[in-house]
Amino acid sequence: MGQIQLKQVTKSFGETQVIPPLDLTIQDGEFTVFVGPSGCGKSTLLRLIAGLEDITTGHIEIDGKDATDLVPAKRGLAMVFQSYALYPHMSVRKNIAFPLKMAKLDPAEINRRVEGAASVLNLTDYLDRRPGQLSGGQRQRVAIGRAIVREPAAFLFDEPLSNLDAALRVGMRMEISELHKKLDTTMIYVTHDQVEAMTMADKIVVLQAGVIEQVGSPLELYRAPRNTFVAGFIGSPKMNLIEGAAATEHGAHTIGIRPEHIDVVEDGGTWQGTVGVAEHLGSDTFFHIHNTGLAETITVRAIGDVSLTHGDTIHLNPRLDEMHKFGADGLRL
Amino acid sequence: MATKASRSAARVMMAPAVILLLGWMLVPLIMTLWFSFRKYLPLRGGDLGFAGFDNYTRFVTSSAFWPAVQTTLVIVLGVLAITVVFGVLLALLLDQPMWGQGVVRILVIAPFFVMPTVSALVWKNMFMDPVNGLFAHLWRFFGADPVSWLSDASLPSIIMIVSWQWLPFATLILLTAVQSLDSEQLEAAEMDGAPKLKRFFYIILPHLSRAMTVVILIQTIFLLAIFAEIFVTTGGAFGTRTLSYLIFQRVLESQNVGLGSAGGVYAIILANIVAIFLMRIVGKNLDA
Amino acid sequence: MARAVSPRRKLMNTTFAWAIGLLIFFPILWTILTSFKTEAQAIASPPIFLGFDWTLENYSVVMERSNYGRFLWNSIIIAGGSTILGCIIAVPAAWSMAFVPSKRTKDILLWMLSTKMLPAVGVLYPIYLLFIQMGLLDSRAGLVIVLMLINLPIIIWMLYTYFKEIPGEILEAARMDGAGLKEELLYVLTPMAIPGIASTLLLNFILAWNEAFWTLNLTAAKAAPLTAFIASYSSPEGLFFAKLSAASTMAIAPILILGWFSQKQLVRGLTFGAVK
Repeated sequence: MGQIQLKQVTKSFGETQVIPPLDLTIQDGEFTVFVGPSGCGKSTLLRLIAGLEDITTGHIEIDGKDATDLVPAKRGLAMVFQSYALYPHMSVRKNIAFPLKMAKLDPAEINRRVEGAASVLNLTDYLDRRPGQLSGGQRQRVAIGRAIVREPAAFLFDEPLSNLDAALRVGMRMEISELHKKLDTTMIYVTHDQVEAMTMADKIVVLQAGVIEQVGSPLELYRAPRNTFVAGFIGSPKMNLIEGAAATEHGAHTIGIRPEHIDVVEDGGTWQGTVGVAEHLGSDTFFHIHNTGLAETITVRAIGDVSLTHGDTIHLNPRLDEMHKFGADGLRL
Repeated sequence: MATKASRSAARVMMAPAVILLLGWMLVPLIMTLWFSFRKYLPLRGGDLGFAGFDNYTRFVTSSAFWPAVQTTLVIVLGVLAITVVFGVLLALLLDQPMWGQGVVRILVIAPFFVMPTVSALVWKNMFMDPVNGLFAHLWRFFGADPVSWLSDASLPSIIMIVSWQWLPFATLILLTAVQSLDSEQLEAAEMDGAPKLKRFFYIILPHLSRAMTVVILIQTIFLLAIFAEIFVTTGGAFGTRTLSYLIFQRVLESQNVGLGSAGGVYAIILANIVAIFLMRIVGKNLDA
Repeated sequence: MARAVSPRRKLMNTTFAWAIGLLIFFPILWTILTSFKTEAQAIASPPIFLGFDWTLENYSVVMERSNYGRFLWNSIIIAGGSTILGCIIAVPAAWSMAFVPSKRTKDILLWMLSTKMLPAVGVLYPIYLLFIQMGLLDSRAGLVIVLMLINLPIIIWMLYTYFKEIPGEILEAARMDGAGLKEELLYVLTPMAIPGIASTLLLNFILAWNEAFWTLNLTAAKAAPLTAFIASYSSPEGLFFAKLSAASTMAIAPILILGWFSQKQLVRGLTFGAVK
């Protein structure tokens, strides 16, 4: 079980309100990702759920029970920190066993669970080492191990992959996703990286300045962003947002078109411009195009290796059925 | 990291220390204030009633007061100057590559472990004794007349003894600071063509300023209270009577508690002036 | 700043530094040497450096004259007791200030430090009276309390600076793992801060061991520690250099040895945690 419900939750630090009244329900077993630019309040929100910060007003319910005034230890949640927060003076075994020791389980049971978690996470050979002797990825696993042995109602992850290098990050992303499939426990995951959000989440919560901009599955957000902020934030490379005459033509204040929804044509496309930077990845080519008269830069993705280089003129055809239209207030039309 | 629960826990956990220190500060302070307004002579009749500001005026107008204030300041400032200047030089020296750095460091720290009564006695007798002291031997060796250090050059002698005790502390703190100096900064300055002396004044010295503040703060706290060094060497004679020592004499030697307490109040005021002044500097420096 | 230098330069540094180091250490060395001389050799002119008849006689005379063991024991109890008691009170306080800081934290810290600046003589008589009233005069318990109080600000300050280096996330992790306040302090914070706590304990032990105002003024015979033992040599026994040296050596030896064996912690402790 692990349904978490936030009801009219606000948070202020002194005079400044960082989270205006907010409602959110996270269903049992769901993998929810909080995503947003830095300073958007996503970590604060996680810490409110964890109980590491007091909410200013409102209620938090875990499995239908009011948890607003519970201390972190009593909420039955486990957390994986950005810095891993392993206990440097304890061996890996003791680190993983710590929450069980706090729960006053008997030693045999503790041992059984620690061994179990270690074998799931490939840590068996490292149980007697200190965290200082482990690599970043191994430390990350220990932190996860410490969380899973408790069999918590929900897992909270606070940017857990940001201290890993790019290759490891992809690997750990998979592992965490697989772990979720295996355990089927609620997970709340905070990140500023929309790729992590898209690849891992059942449900994404996009936050900006403490306000929820949109909640939905990755593809819902991709297909139907509710406003220009979500449109620009979800998807990589970023959606092209175009204002002015080209937008008015389609009866909108702003139109948005993703780089993958613009076709490069030989001649006579709707739009044309000069190639600025061309990034050749082999499978795809990304063009950053100037002098289109639409926006400062238009990004386009072409399939395969298209041999246009800096300074060349390029002709483009946007797919009209994939175009997003937004009003003057930024909301989807 | 601040929830209501942790904040209230913090208050509870801080309470014993705060209450103890508050008690330690207020109870004797209030008693001292009370005594300072009484004519109180424990051996000659006890509490003889209210004295008004009598004790205060008597204490300041006594011929011993201003010299005592002066002596206190001379000792504190003298020791601070010596320890900071030589501390910086020693720290720079110890930072140089050499053989046996660890052993030299131990040798330099050692005086800090010596209890003040011991160091005062050893210096007084074995070094500064005008007949058998080592200095007397040295002076005679060079054909000079031995000096009666603690009577003829009493203040410099005491400053020297106390400086010997505190130099290790200053050196060590400054050495730690020197070692934390980024060598790239110095190399950059060298590349820019700054000569050695300029590098010292524009880069090393500013880098050491925080450490110097710490040295000055902590030493001042301890130096204002030096007692054993004077008690053992001159007993306050030959112009070495500090304000603390003067009060000590009034209270314990002449058993005039009222007068001594008035002196105590002055000393507390003086200490507070110094404290406020120092805390300002340290408070600014503490955030870093 | 260690840079490669020529061997000649290094030799010069070494010579110079050793000369100064020995000069600073010389008074201690001289005291130790003199303690093994006869009284006549101790005042011989010119002074004898090493070529004297080594004797332990001074030590036995000093031991006979006064009960060294009792003074030593008093010193250990007073310095150790006040340091440990101080630490027990200071750890929670330093935790509060380091991990739950408020606007007033810095003020409280500075206020605590400022109590250290109250001139002891200013409050000597009141404390003296209180001690008589409470029967604490010339008792070890009384001195433990007083020395604990005068060192408490420094203990708190040092622990505070050490604790501040511990990332708060680790304590939060402990809280998430179900640790209460007691477990957090006992199983996580304290073990992590062991090096800092050790240097704090050590330095304050030394400060308490060497404290010579309250120990001289609040004790007579029963509770007097080594500071009083040595003060009794001020005169006229001070003129017997060899015996004075023996007594001095006995008073400082425990701390010198302790200091040398725990040099690393001490160097850290000596900077009062204020300079990294």
